[in-house]
Amino acid sequence: MNSPLPRWVDVALLPLLNVIIAFLIGGLIVLSVGQNPLRAVQVMLFGAFGYGTGFGYTLYYTTDFIFAGLAVSLAMHAGLFNIGAEGQAYVAGLGVILIALALNGLHWTLMFPLMIIAGALFGAGWAYIPGYLQAKRGSHIVITTILFNFIATSMMSFIIARFLKPPTVASDESAPIEMVSRVLKLNTFIPYFKTAPVNVTVFLAIGGLFAFYWLIWRTKFGYAVRALGHNQAAANYAGISNQKMIMLVMALSGAIVAMIAVNNVGGVHGRLIMNYVNGAGFVGIAVAFMGKGHPIGVGLSALLFGVLYQGGSELAFSMPGITREMIVTIQALVILFTGAMGDMLRTPLARLFSAATPSGGAR
Amino acid sequence: MEDSLNQNTEQRPDMAAASSLAIELIGINKHFGPVHANRDINLQIKRGTVHGIVGENGAGKSTLMSILYGFYTADSGEIRVNGAPHSITDSRHALALGIGMVHQHFMLVDNMTVLENVVLGAEDSPLLAPTYAKARQVLKRLADDYELEVDAEAVIEDLSVGQQQRVEILKALYRGAEVLILDEPTGVLTPAEADHLFRILRTLRDEGKTIILITHKLREIMAITDEVSVMRQGAMVKTLQTKDTSPGELAELMVGRRVLLRVEKGPANPGKVLLEVENLVVTDDFKVPRVKGVSFNVRAGEIVGIAGVAGNGQSELLESVSGMRDQLLGVVRLNGAPLSLEGDDGAARARAAGLAHVPEDRLREGLVTAFSEWENSILGYQDKYGKGLGLDIDLARKTADEYIKKFDIRPPSKDLKTANFSGGNQQKIVLAREMERNPDVLIVGQPTRGVDIGAIEFIHNQIIKMRDAGKAILLVSVELDEIRSLSDRILVIFDGKIVGEADPATADETELGLLMTGVHSATPTAAGAGTLKNNAGKGDA
Repeated sequence: MNSPLPRWVDVALLPLLNVIIAFLIGGLIVLSVGQNPLRAVQVMLFGAFGYGTGFGYTLYYTTDFIFAGLAVSLAMHAGLFNIGAEGQAYVAGLGVILIALALNGLHWTLMFPLMIIAGALFGAGWAYIPGYLQAKRGSHIVITTILFNFIATSMMSFIIARFLKPPTVASDESAPIEMVSRVLKLNTFIPYFKTAPVNVTVFLAIGGLFAFYWLIWRTKFGYAVRALGHNQAAANYAGISNQKMIMLVMALSGAIVAMIAVNNVGGVHGRLIMNYVNGAGFVGIAVAFMGKGHPIGVGLSALLFGVLYQGGSELAFSMPGITREMIVTIQALVILFTGAMGDMLRTPLARLFSAATPSGGAR
Repeated sequence: MEDSLNQNTEQRPDMAAASSLAIELIGINKHFGPVHANRDINLQIKRGTVHGIVGENGAGKSTLMSILYGFYTADSGEIRVNGAPHSITDSRHALALGIGMVHQHFMLVDNMTVLENVVLGAEDSPLLAPTYAKARQVLKRLADDYELEVDAEAVIEDLSVGQQQRVEILKALYRGAEVLILDEPTGVLTPAEADHLFRILRTLRDEGKTIILITHKLREIMAITDEVSVMRQGAMVKTLQTKDTSPGELAELMVGRRVLLRVEKGPANPGKVLLEVENLVVTDDFKVPRVKGVSFNVRAGEIVGIAGVAGNGQSELLESVSGMRDQLLGVVRLNGAPLSLEGDDGAARARAAGLAHVPEDRLREGLVTAFSEWENSILGYQDKYGKGLGLDIDLARKTADEYIKKFDIRPPSKDLKTANFSGGNQQKIVLAREMERNPDVLIVGQPTRGVDIGAIEFIHNQIIKMRDAGKAILLVSVELDEIRSLSDRILVIFDGKIVGEADPATADETELGLLMTGVHSATPTAAGAGTLKNNAGKGDA
């Protein structure tokens, strides 16, 4: 049995050390192709934070990752592993584009809540099906959500190409939403962000972090979710319906990740583009694990991945020796060390702390 | 039993050799964060003796043995094995020094055979055939020497609990254990199986092995040990010659005050029927019927005890009556109204109908151990806290404070994670939550399993108090003593059927034991019905 670590070590020091290790190894890879790792870090950080457009892009990515991270976290608290965030966000895009095209031209302040509702309904509906199958039929949620990602991809390709694509457009995408109906970009009132795609959905994401805390730790529903996640038998004992909770949690998880559609379809792209989610749903899994399902952790790790995405593009652009693949490798290292091997340093740290404790005044 | 034991002690030939020490612990200290689990422990264990270690839960017995077995490393202190100092770093090291351990929860691979389990981790060669050949030989010898006969080809999950325990002992002996640590070995055994275990332990001792027995059952200490050491709050209180002490003295040393070992209760005043079970048939998770047509009722102001060997349908019966498990057939009536068990939130409906439930396994069902104490003090009643969506945390925390005070839950910190409370205090958290709701019907499973003596007395008194307040109480326990001392009526369950009813005042322990193992039957239907358990019982006798 491990001696328990102080809380700050668990939530702050351990993830930080993991990220540092990932970057050290990433640095070795950069070094091995004859590039200067320190300069790479510098370029990356400048690209992510140094100027308006770059920072705006970082925030835009972060917005997506927060939604995906919270969605996966919610399911995680109930003991469910929702790998289907990617597909749920994709299907939610259909809800957003349908309402937006139906009411095209409506002012964005009215359109924004409608897109949230429509997206949430579609995302929730798509996530509900695996939830139902798990609850009533015992089909494992991990398998079904993975499969539902594929189904979503195929189904959406079909719908976009067959029904949504206007005959005049060459690429696979829907008709555009009028500018007045699109979610407002921050650069319209904060010129600093220049051409960055970040829009007011970022505030929805930040608000979502607070709402998530309230939901999980301050409501009866959150109590039931956590009871179920920690101990299914005890939840049954407490009269918490396992089946109802699974379906509800999955639907809610799908509704949260649907906000990615509002950010992209309703805002940044202003149309439904094929495969627009582009992996954000999967990043959410890493974000949720690294953030340990807590909104503060999710917010910070979403930001880290935002930096990796935006800084990474910048790096590929200004240091041609570092290819796109190498950046993906570094991202993978971060996921590996913070997620899969996140507890690697736990035992040595616990030794260190228990060695320090007895003299430290236990008597 | 004690007579034959003393005779054995006197007859042992080489008293000189027996007086040398197998294990010596000097000044052992161990901290877990702020908890000082072992304080400056000195302990000498003589070779060729059975040495008991008693103490309340959380007294540090298990920690001490884990240090000896290499699970933990002591912060300071010295371990001497056969006189030579060693720093034992892991259990492999302990085994190499001849120290073996039989855990309370068996460490066996259920779907492997006895032989496979015995050699697991002790294979001599990449090919298994030579190892098996050798292991068969060794097992045969051990069986002959120590009455440790188990079918080497049997699969573990087909064996009775007593036989599984023998496999654990064989595992340790196969690895050359000279010192055998047994942690609460009889908790899961029938009386007959326990007797068999004690015979094995005596034989082992007479052959020169050293046995360390951790238990909270003082009767066992008196029956089998040569010496007994008492621990309290992490410290070693005293080591005594068993023949010079008494259960009363030991209990007092353990708790630090005088303890009543008997339950004091007045006669029952049964009122109207509050809980009615009619022809109940319940299956387990694999659709195998476990409760096979059970009918009984419990009246207000009486305690009905269900006696039986673990695994004869008690768990499924409790789960069904408390709404956790759907029944196949039959009816459960609370206060005259049938309880609908459909869906998987029947427990909520049962609670709403005035039923409270202290589950058999508090860690698996009764508590969410990752929750803090206050969160567990509302488990099952969470919907009563706060209007609308929000959870009224202030009210819940106030409730927790009340329970802590009323049930003397220690440490009195409602923010502590429940996993960090001792077994007895965890049980008090559950009891407080269930009893303080003023239910009409209280279902109690294994109220004192893994609970220390001081808390047992308290828990028994609380149950009696509930009875005297006019509640209908259904009690299930594998501790026959507990059933006998608390119940006003005893029902004996065997193979999913009620096979007899007894009056605790006149019931004879042997007769109850025979009913429990299906050997005798008060009803003709159940005679010879049990196959597996029944055979296991015969093997023991």
